[in-house]
Amino acid sequence: MSETESTTIETGELSRRPGRQRGREDGKFGRYGGQYVPEALMPAIEELTDAYERYVLENEDGFMDEFRERLADFGGRPIPLQRADRLSERYDREIYLKREDLLHGGAHKLNNALGQVLLAKYMGKERIIAETGAGQHGTATAMAAAHLDMPCEIYMGERDINRQRPNVFRMKLNGADVNPVTAGRGTLKEAISETMRDWATTVENTHYVIGSIVGPHPFPVMVRDFHAVISEEARAQTIEKTGELPTDVVACAGGGSNTMGAFTEFVDDDEVALHAVEAGGSTLEVDEEAGVAPNSASLYTGEEGVLHGARTKLLQDSDGQIMESHSISSGLDYAGVGPELAYLVDEGRVSPVAVDDDAALEGFHRLSSTEGIIPALETAHAFGFLEERHEELGERVVVNVSGRGDKDLDAAIEETDKRDIDEAPDMSMFTGGI
Amino acid sequence: MPETGNSAAIAAAFADGPAYVPYLAVGDPSYEASLEYVRALDRGGADVIELGLPFSEPIAEGPTIQGALVRSLDGGMTPDRFFAFAEELDVEAPLVCMTYYNLIYQYGSSEARSASEASGETASAGPRPFVERAAAAGIEGLVVPDLPAEEADPLREACDEFGLDLIFIVAPTTVGDRLDRIMGRVSGYVYVQARLGTTGARDDVSDQTTESLDRLAEYDVPKAVGFGISAGEHAERIVAGGADGVIVGSALVDIVAEGVENDLPTAEVADRLEALSRELKAGAERGHAARVGAAESR
Repeated sequence: MSETESTTIETGELSRRPGRQRGREDGKFGRYGGQYVPEALMPAIEELTDAYERYVLENEDGFMDEFRERLADFGGRPIPLQRADRLSERYDREIYLKREDLLHGGAHKLNNALGQVLLAKYMGKERIIAETGAGQHGTATAMAAAHLDMPCEIYMGERDINRQRPNVFRMKLNGADVNPVTAGRGTLKEAISETMRDWATTVENTHYVIGSIVGPHPFPVMVRDFHAVISEEARAQTIEKTGELPTDVVACAGGGSNTMGAFTEFVDDDEVALHAVEAGGSTLEVDEEAGVAPNSASLYTGEEGVLHGARTKLLQDSDGQIMESHSISSGLDYAGVGPELAYLVDEGRVSPVAVDDDAALEGFHRLSSTEGIIPALETAHAFGFLEERHEELGERVVVNVSGRGDKDLDAAIEETDKRDIDEAPDMSMFTGGI
Repeated sequence: MPETGNSAAIAAAFADGPAYVPYLAVGDPSYEASLEYVRALDRGGADVIELGLPFSEPIAEGPTIQGALVRSLDGGMTPDRFFAFAEELDVEAPLVCMTYYNLIYQYGSSEARSASEASGETASAGPRPFVERAAAAGIEGLVVPDLPAEEADPLREACDEFGLDLIFIVAPTTVGDRLDRIMGRVSGYVYVQARLGTTGARDDVSDQTTESLDRLAEYDVPKAVGFGISAGEHAERIVAGGADGVIVGSALVDIVAEGVENDLPTAEVADRLEALSRELKAGAERGHAARVGAAESR
């Protein structure tokens, strides 16, 4: 692979910048990454690695051409970079919004889901499985599978099913089967474990569409490469609009897929500061006795460990048991994080920061009322950060609007009701009626 | 059988006749009851006993063993209590610990972290403290289902240092270079996964088992077949088919789970575990006799 630096991206070609090579060779990001999976899954992982190298990296059979074409026609790419006029005024710097909320499905998730389902098709697989927490990855996968005519089953924790009924309906509308997971606490990490179990018995004809830059190699690099289109576009758009690179890029971080998507093409631009905003939940304090971390700040507070196939930073107790995480936004509610982000944080290239539930909800209302964009509660953390820390930022800030907030309205009403927030609409007259 | 590992006790368990290797999750459903259950396995003829140390995300297990691990965790099981349990056990069979890599990796890490906080470096003690403590508790070997051979060198080094065997799982899909890589690192015995999927009792003996045993025939390491064995006749067929031992987990855990559901007295559950153990061991011995007989008449 050539080391020559190129910032223009030809159709069907992946960026050749040095930062993009990280992890492709052996799945390692410094001390993080790897392939910690049961032996029965190794052949599937090796087959997938081979397919990733041929179809994604080498564009064999025109895979990347078809992927980009479908992202344009079905997904609606390229996605605009929009100047946020009120926020720019409020913070006295140029604030630009990368509007991934406008991607088909209402979030960045489709980039990865479409890429992986298409890859499964090129690999000759006949069935798609995926895990989902809040249902965002599940709905994106169901959409992509329907679009590409692949049978699809989604594993979802029973508790999450009850909390996210509209998303369950959306998946079913797109023809997917939704399998409730009752094991353990019935949330995302149990759903991931259950999907891995399915895969262990069905590897020969099934592809597991993992939902973030987590899991064993090649998932972290492959999912990053599918989402990298976010920063490829954002970098070119910022230069086009301002003639310069941004000074800062801000994205929320759970598992880290929208984060790495927004950062990847900027990692080699040393002058661009990268801020990963994690869910600080109700507090960063940990209840070791109960095994509960009331936050999802694994980059900010986590310790190194091995979970779901990779070595990374985790929320865990001193024995190494994985903690129950928490966030107001279910999409950030995960005890681990992608190994590449863990590495970039250790290297000092990415700054992790935690924003709590309150500040995120205020960010949700602020963007809604001032810019006319209702963001996902995940995304709202990035705007909480902007409010709290804008004075530390440079003069051109790109914020990744990873998703829209329609899915979160029930949660937002309930959580707003518990707090006193300036920008929030008065919903008291509706209480009990919704 | 040649010396293939670090543990003389495990080598001896496979030396004459087939090995019956039962598995239970330690602390399921309580520390005390589980002591009785493991003793029952020993009385029932166990040659090696695999003790499960529960991890919160056991991705290689089916619902049966996952249930056992949840019960054990809910009962307050921790690595330190697990080691205390192994020390308190007074059984003849050598003990093997089956757990996930994060618990091995984290053991002793918090001490290492606070010790190195002054230097400002991210410290990890690695797998050595766990292995050292396991050896002190009388554990003779480790099985780590989420640790592939490629990532296993630090653990293997620690096992060699403290005289433990490191047992790897070989799946029906493990062939070629991967098989060589694993077989080059295994010690004690190789855990032959009878078919694809996660753990759980099944009625059939898969063709995949026979194929796996054929593929492994050239390697000079005892082969213990696991996944899905629930009755004496399964054990008989598997040993007759060339296995040096049978590993049984879910069928035994099912008995413990029934005891929990029906609130049965500990002694009654222990009796049932001992009875099934005798049946499985007898089946394995019949299979061995058939194989020896067939070889002699050739």
